[in-house]
Amino acid sequence: MTEDPRFPYLLRMADSSLILAQRLSEWLAHAPTMEEDMALANIGLDLIGNARTAYTLAGEIEGEGRTEDDLAYLRDEREFLNLQLVEQPNRDFAATMARQFFFDAWHLPTLAALAAGDDADLAALGAKGAKEAAYHLRHSSSWVVRLGDGTEESHRRMVEGVDAVWRYCGELFEFDDVDRALAETGAGPGPGEIEATWRATVAEVFAEAGLEVPPDAVWATGSRQGLHTEYLGFILAEMQYLHRSHPGARW
Amino acid sequence: MGHDPTTETGDQLWEVFVRARRGIDHVHCGSVHAPDAELALQAARDLYTRRNEGVSLWVVPASAIVVSEPEDSDALFEPSVDKTYRYPTYYDLPDAVAKM
Repeated sequence: MTEDPRFPYLLRMADSSLILAQRLSEWLAHAPTMEEDMALANIGLDLIGNARTAYTLAGEIEGEGRTEDDLAYLRDEREFLNLQLVEQPNRDFAATMARQFFFDAWHLPTLAALAAGDDADLAALGAKGAKEAAYHLRHSSSWVVRLGDGTEESHRRMVEGVDAVWRYCGELFEFDDVDRALAETGAGPGPGEIEATWRATVAEVFAEAGLEVPPDAVWATGSRQGLHTEYLGFILAEMQYLHRSHPGARW
Repeated sequence: MGHDPTTETGDQLWEVFVRARRGIDHVHCGSVHAPDAELALQAARDLYTRRNEGVSLWVVPASAIVVSEPEDSDALFEPSVDKTYRYPTYYDLPDAVAKM
């Protein structure tokens, strides 16, 4: 097994993007409007594109011949390193936007830090992803503001959506040996860097939306050890079924 | 962000204009539904510029567009047909004008 910190780092990034994209795809043909249907599908496809690049890169770094498909479809729940935030259910549109906003506000500065870093491959991944994530953040924060500052019902749903996922936001700032190793080589963000940006973005958008930033929770944790909430297993069952039943199936 | 309370009660129709390249005009390409201008612009981006079609977008409330009526077309457009002096070919150019 490789000691290269880029391998687990890329898997974390790719898994989070892929699982969130899988969640977003559940909205297809169910979004509140046709326009929003397209927007959520676009965002999901951006995330899948980013995940594919990261998986391919991770496979090359690992050096054991694993492809993007092997990494996406042939690992089990305990091997997935995605944030617990992204596996949380869609609930209603407001809850989906709360989850998306918290993710985007983390994803954009993370990708931007990689883009500015010293590793050419990670920088390329970050640069392409950051442009997409900037749009994703614009989209999700627009909805947080409109629903938070909308009708009584939309405000209530936005507050409930935030409450439903808030305790999973602590994982966004975890900083372990993998992060430290990457930061020391100049390839990744330093300690506290992403958290400061994230908190500033959340404070700004919530102020405009008329929402209160909840106090820090007893944060849920464990995804970096492959520990997940009860939802991930079902997502993987659906997502991996075809590939495992028909290995190497093509369209 | 533009907050117009009168348009946030429900979706309205927006006409979308895309400029394909610098130097050419914005061309009407379709419409979107959205509750306000900012979201109309985002929806237009998602629907009409997914394949690198544009460098600039306009969204205009459909209600702001004043439309000519088909029954007026005789009065509006037909009188131009017999006014040949409105076409450059009506005029004889002086020989002194070499290139035109």
